[in-house]
Parts: sequence; structure tokens; C-alpha cells
Amino acid sequence: MNDVNQNNSVLRFMTCGSVDDGKSTLIGRLLFDTKTILTDTLSHIEKVSKKRGMSALDLSLITDGLQAEREQGITIDVAYRYFNTGTKKYIIADAPGHEQYTRNMVTAASTAELAIILIDARKGILTQTKRHSFIAKLVGIKHIIVAINKMDLIEHDESKYKAICNDYMIFASAIKLAEPGVNIQFIPISALNGDMIVERSNTMEWFKGPTLIDILENHDSKINNKSALRLPIQYVCRPRDAANKDLHDFRAFMGRIESGSLKIKDRIKVLPSNVESTIKDIRIGDDILSEAIFEQSVTVSLEDEIDISRGDMIIHQDDDLVGVKNFTAKICWLFEEDLSPNRTYLIMHTSRTSKAKISKIHNKINISTLKEEAASVLKTNDIASVSFRLAQPLMVDKYDDHKGTGAFIVIDESTYHTVAAGMIDFID
Amino acid sequence: MSKKISHLDWLESEAIHIMREVAGQCANPVLLFSGGKDSLCLLRIAEKAFRPGRFPFPLMHIDTGHNYPEVINFRDQKTHELGERLIVASLEDSIAKGTIVLNNKNEPRNKYQSITLLEAIEEHKFDCCIGGARRDEEKARAKERIMSFRDEFGQWDPKNQRPELWNLYNARVHNGENIRAFPISNWTEMDVWQYIEREKLKLPSIYFAHNRDIVKRDNAIVPITSVTPAKPNEKIENITVRFRTVGDITCTAPVISKADTVEKIIFETASTFVSERGETRLDDQVSDASMELRKKEGYF
Repeated sequence: MNDVNQNNSVLRFMTCGSVDDGKSTLIGRLLFDTKTILTDTLSHIEKVSKKRGMSALDLSLITDGLQAEREQGITIDVAYRYFNTGTKKYIIADAPGHEQYTRNMVTAASTAELAIILIDARKGILTQTKRHSFIAKLVGIKHIIVAINKMDLIEHDESKYKAICNDYMIFASAIKLAEPGVNIQFIPISALNGDMIVERSNTMEWFKGPTLIDILENHDSKINNKSALRLPIQYVCRPRDAANKDLHDFRAFMGRIESGSLKIKDRIKVLPSNVESTIKDIRIGDDILSEAIFEQSVTVSLEDEIDISRGDMIIHQDDDLVGVKNFTAKICWLFEEDLSPNRTYLIMHTSRTSKAKISKIHNKINISTLKEEAASVLKTNDIASVSFRLAQPLMVDKYDDHKGTGAFIVIDESTYHTVAAGMIDFID
Repeated sequence: MSKKISHLDWLESEAIHIMREVAGQCANPVLLFSGGKDSLCLLRIAEKAFRPGRFPFPLMHIDTGHNYPEVINFRDQKTHELGERLIVASLEDSIAKGTIVLNNKNEPRNKYQSITLLEAIEEHKFDCCIGGARRDEEKARAKERIMSFRDEFGQWDPKNQRPELWNLYNARVHNGENIRAFPISNWTEMDVWQYIEREKLKLPSIYFAHNRDIVKRDNAIVPITSVTPAKPNEKIENITVRFRTVGDITCTAPVISKADTVEKIIFETASTFVSERGETRLDDQVSDASMELRKKEGYF
């Protein structure tokens, strides 16, 4: 039996900030204080801390990266870290925060439900704070924790903390991040001393809010199982087992529920063919389910013998979703080579892939000034609004409505590199 | 209504989704099966992903020739129960062909596995190998993709990996190139044990506490076998141990433990203070970057 337990779920979050903001120290602190770091790792960190002439343990070394990165003194990539509190399993996407790494931020944000944005209390809001907040909004993160770090270096001054919070809210309203449905919380911390991360602090008794770990523990994933069903088919099971009569004509359809829920006897239709049927059976392995919900990978069979292949989508019969061949999306260009407006690319969307051409690049967004600029070409880390024309219809939603069916990646037809990430704004 | 599936259900569902993407996108995949606990989780996930159909890939064991017999028996029995095809790619064959040249007969063979693996990939024209690696194992793994790209020489280039967004996995490759797919990337050692308990998975007996002849050498417990004999002057003791990982005999050390059930192992894992590889993998302790180097050479 697969248990459905609100208190034992997965929470994926990202941390935004540069080394100077104390991001590595914060992550090290979370892992250290939740007792995720084991003694061999710890003794390694002690050794290196001593070698570098530091008196205390440098927790930022916990997230020390690859040899290739150490040699070049840069962070190449998003790293994933894990800790467990007994009530939740946490997956941290740790993205390097420099401007040239917009693509890493977008990558980390794509799977995150919550973002921790770090601000150095001495510096207040910087251009990079704005950049991080903009990307969190772009990728649709609905819970932002603004952690104002290094409070120990401003004498734990409440008025300075409040001034930064005010500045941030003014900015967040201006970029429409502060909107109904988006939760923004502030917290003063010292990652170095461990204040307000897992333990409260006697240096900031004026702050009555929850600790960082309490915010994470109490975060409620807002899942709406009443929203429209989206079940893209990944694989069709046809055993054609000559030895087993029951299996000879057996056919089942396999995929992960990207939105909504599905019950036995539900009337459904298959896109793009629009053929209708009824759900006969839903399984995960040997478990028979009466209802399947968001994020479950299921095997379903239907009352009627109909033809379905990988890339088709099951939706409810009364839904009006249709396949489309034109849409406009925000894309983030990820690859070192520029976008070439005349080329054909591949768009991979759920389990379906179509050839695509660019019909128009509308404008790009300057990630530092957050102003729109005209653009005819896109370079690495550029974010722009682009219209596409497709060879095959795709069953898409607006990204704001359904992440799973509003997101896509762009693949180079000849090199097979993943060159861009896209979020659908509207259907043309 | 706002309910969310539990963490084990979520991890399982993600892994099923990844396996089905491999099956949907790759022409000729294979699942690497060692008889170890992580690959046994992969097999249960494959059952949930593809039954009542057959697996859309064979299983393959890279056999170093230095195995505990319990593990090999278990491997064969498990394959038989599943009714799936097992390919055994043997280091001994590479040694006979002259593509692996050992420094000495009893040298640890872990690092040579890459050569046999790459030869098998070439021989069978596999375009994807599904493996049981996890990101929590080692820091070179923390930045690993779920679908990790390898060039014609099997090399992993951390600077040349495809960005991986949402749950959209790009597994396209040209002839000769290869994807290593890691469905349990996001699992920790604890998740694996909890899953084994929940699914009541059977494991090779060496995972549970048993008596074994060992010597204590350089802070490690070295099991005494035909390929790892005691040195003169070393005192052989018979103590109660279990293995946390299984692999080539010469580089896998047991831990002192009386845990003889999955439940007791979970309890021990929850209160343990040393990481899985730090404690039991003699080969990762050689240098700070040894896993990273092995991966660049084609190790999975």
C-alpha cells in the first residue's frame, strides 16, 4: 500500500546567493545542525580548515566542489544536497550565483518549490538580489524566504534589518513578485554562528518569527488535485505473451500524472486523436489504486481497445485542451553558441518532441536592469520572449497554470545539446 | 484538497518515470546489475515501471572475478526469478584479450571495470546504461545529471553536461555516444534501506551480520579471502560483521555490526557517524578526487 502522508513528504528548494553572501556556510550549517554530516567528512573539513589557517571549522567546505572547479576557482554547476528531519526529506539545489550563471539558477529553480534568497546585512539589496528574485518569479516559485545573513556583523540591529525588508518589499511589488498566491517571508540569520537556522538566538530576541528550519518544516505544498488532469503517455505495455492467454491482448498505458487526479470509471479522451474511453484500472506495480494523484507514476488500462502511443496525452473527456502548433514562451538560452533564428530546432515537451522554427524574437530582458530590450539574436544566459511554429501539435498549457505541461526544452537537431529552457506564456 | 505523496512514493515515482523515459527514448539500453542493494532497488522499480510486460532491456553484470560466492548465487537466482536476460561481462576476458594489464595478480580491480564496461557497450551497441549511483555517495556525484552524457571514449566531462530542467530528460545520442541514467540519483543510503524494508526486498546474505575471519589493517577491517590473504605477523580474528556495500572483494570492507535484519540496519544507519564510502570503500580514500578521476575515465 502506498501511503499518503502529508507529514513525510519531499520538499525541494534552492538557495540563491554568492559565496560572499555565506550561501555555502548556510548549507553547511543546515546539514551540520540536522546531523547529516558524518565524521569522515567532518575530519576532512577539519584538516582543510587547519591547513588554510582557520581557527574554527569552515562549514562552507562541506559544499566544496570538483577538482576541476577548485583548479579554476569557479563553480561550474548546480549541486544537489540532501537532509532529512524525520518529518520531511529535503533536496537542496545549490546554484552558483554569479551573473554568468543565470542558466544554473534557472536549472535549479525548475525543480524547486521554495527559494531562499540570501542578502548580506551589511550590503542590503544588490543587483544580484534582484536577478535572483526575478528568476524565482520567472520560474514560478511561490514561496520565497529572504534570509538576511551576517546579522552578527551589524550588531544584530533590528532597525537595519527592517529597512532591508522594506526595501525588498518595494522591489518585489515593482516586479510583481509580491502578489496573491506568493508567500514572502523574512528572517534575520547568522549562518556562521548558527543563529536562527536550526537554533534560536539570544542575540536577536527582538525577532519573534520562526527559525529557518521551522519555516521549511511548516511549508505546505499547495497541491490542487482538483485541477485539470494531465497524463502524458511515456510507454505502452503490450506483452503479447503467447504462453499467457490473459496477456495476449493486454494493453496498458504508462506515465506520470503531471496535474490533477484520475479515478477508476472516469471518462477520458486521448489527445491528439480525441478518441474517448473509460478508465478500467489504475496500478502502481501490484497495487491497485482507486485514485491516482499528482506526481504518481501509474499504469492505466481502458475499457475500449484504442490506439495510444508515446507522446499522446490522457485528459478528462469534458476538458477542452487541444494540440497547438503556435505559441509564445519565455526562454532562457543555455548554450554557448548563439540562437540561430533561421534554424530548425527540436522542442521536447512532456513525452512528445516536435521540430520547431522561430517565428519571432520579441524582446529580451536585461537581467540586471530588468528592462526589456530589442533582440535579433540570443546568447548564453539571455532571457527572451520568443514565438515558435511547430511541425507537430503539442498539448500545452500556460506555464502559470500547469508547470508540467507549460515547460519545454529546446534541443539542437544536429548536436543533440539542450540549448534552451522554455515556459509557455500564451497560445497564438 | 491538498495531499502529497510520501517521500518513498515520490522517490519511487521519479525513478519509474526516469526508467520509462530511457525505454521511450533509447534504442538499446541495459541495466547494470551487481547483486548489490542499490541495483536491487532498480530491479523492483523496473518491475513497477514495466510489468506485466518484460523489461525493455537486459541486465548486465561487470564481473571482476573477485566476488563473494553468496552474491553471485544471489545474482543468478534473482535473474531467474525475474525471467529476464543477464549478460555477464567479465574482467577475466579483458585480461585474456590483453586489454586489461594487471600490475599484480591480486591488485584491486575496481578501476579496471571501466575498460570491460566500455568493451561491452561497444560489443552490444548499448546507447544507455542504467545504474544505481546516488548523489549522496560522493562529491563528484553531487553534480551528476540524472541522464549523464558520455562521449565515444566513455568519458565524463563535467563541463560538457546537458542542463537538466523540470523532469525533461534529453537522452539523445549519436552512434558510439552513451547515456548513463541514474534513476535513484536523489535517494540517500537511508532511503534505500527504507525502500528495501517497505518492499520486503531480498538481499545477499553478506549484508546481514555474520561471523567472518578478518584482520585489522590501517583503521580498516580487511576480510580474509583467497585474494586478500593475511600478511605475516597479522592476527586473524573471527568477528561479527556486515557489509554496507558489495563490490570487488579487494576494495570492499565490512563493518562491525550485529544487525541481522533490515530493521536493525535502518536503526544503525540512522545512528551511524561515518559515510558509506568513507567507511567501506578502500579505493575512494586514495585521493580527494579519486571518484572524479575514475568517472572521467568511463567509470559509471
